[in-house]
Amino acid sequence: MTRWIDNLAILLALLGLWYLAWWQAGDSAITPPVQTLKFALYLLGSADFWPHVWATVLAFLYALAISAVLGITLGLVLGLHRFSGEVFEPILASFYTIPKVTLYPLMLLIFGLGLSAKVAFGVIHGMIPVTLFTLAAVKNIPGVLTRTARALRLSPRQTALHVLMPAVLPEIISGLRIGFALTFLGVLIGEMFASQRGLGFLIINGINQHDVARTTAVIVIVVTAAVLANGALLRLDRHARHDV
Amino acid sequence: MRGVALTRLGVIAAFIALLEALCRFGIVKPLTLVAPSRMVGTLIDLIQAGDVGDDAARTAIEVAGAFVLAILLGVSIGAVIHAIPRLRRAVAPVLVSWYAVPSFVFYPLFIALLGLSEAPLIAIGAFSATPAMVVATISGLDRVPRVLRRVARVHRMGFWDTLRHITLPSALPSLFTGVKLAFAYAFIGVIAGEFILSGGGLGYAIAYAYESFETAKMYALMLLVLGVGVAVNAGLHTWEGRLLRRRQR
Repeated sequence: MTRWIDNLAILLALLGLWYLAWWQAGDSAITPPVQTLKFALYLLGSADFWPHVWATVLAFLYALAISAVLGITLGLVLGLHRFSGEVFEPILASFYTIPKVTLYPLMLLIFGLGLSAKVAFGVIHGMIPVTLFTLAAVKNIPGVLTRTARALRLSPRQTALHVLMPAVLPEIISGLRIGFALTFLGVLIGEMFASQRGLGFLIINGINQHDVARTTAVIVIVVTAAVLANGALLRLDRHARHDV
Repeated sequence: MRGVALTRLGVIAAFIALLEALCRFGIVKPLTLVAPSRMVGTLIDLIQAGDVGDDAARTAIEVAGAFVLAILLGVSIGAVIHAIPRLRRAVAPVLVSWYAVPSFVFYPLFIALLGLSEAPLIAIGAFSATPAMVVATISGLDRVPRVLRRVARVHRMGFWDTLRHITLPSALPSLFTGVKLAFAYAFIGVIAGEFILSGGGLGYAIAYAYESFETAKMYALMLLVLGVGVAVNAGLHTWEGRLLRRRQR
């Protein structure tokens, strides 16, 4: 019961901040909550809006699939081969901490305008955390697990399936959760510059045309979707950790 | 350990050499990518001509402001949250979903609130860097063993003495992780903000060079941004290593 009250209090506090921002900045920057929700519902009901959603979802799914496959593979390789892991980990870590938005002209010059540039932008943001988390998971597998597998004379396949996979899965899921968020961010940034479609395009277009109502509503939809997806993945994450 | 470091240098050198070769032999068009040697040359020219000074100074002020603000806010908010368990449970969902939200969507709002100057960019950087510091502070305070807290109470240590001799030593590793992340996020936030919406700073200069097809200048500036980012991160990393080693002695 107290939990519900607390959650409600946080929600009210956020809405209060929103009102405060509107009160300070005025209608030329942001629309107040009720009006925004009305416009968001109107957008969700209009036929013009959904093609943009699908454009973003499509680019995001491509980018996420590539980030996950490349990230996990690279993480496994670098985790298993300790020397390469030590050589490449700091390089990857420093790539993670640089502003990748500056690389956007490069991406555009290589991939041109459109879907592939958006996907590439999502991948350069999302792949690194997946790689780093997988690498750390493999590197930190307790020695006692591998020794037990050897003592029980498990075949390589059995070792991989019943010992190594359960040991690294929770970390990989954490990495995928962060990769998920950053891929989404990357795709949206990509859409802001490299596209005429998608939610990121709607945001930047709204900003340029001073269509405050539309921009605020799209931002609310994007933020809500991101928070909900993160919540679901967080649940999966905790579930995987408890299972092991 | 030396082998690892040498191999790492070798890998980086090989990568740069590959880029150089690709550009020199015309496999990659000069409009797409500029040879690394030319990037460095252009950068030196730009610096000597005094063309980057203003933008670099502006970015440096913004990043430094955001970084310091994030650390101050992060540590104080983290300490308050840690002290009140109910508050901690309540804000946990906000903290875990903070980085799931693409923060740049709030840029226009900051500009409307704070005007077109350095202030909104400092706010943007602090906005994305503070939660990392909050989380690091909370987990750092969690790491202070209860026994040590009791020791402090038994010895009737004052607030500052407890902080210096009990709290900080245990919380330091986690705090330092927070500091490193805070820098990275402040830097990313400021550059991205300048890139997307500002009228000055290195991020803006890169976007401007791109739009006016000054490819060589654009790459020189990108090199500068990436170089500064990597250098500061490496510096913080080394400092962290030294601090932690001194503690172990």
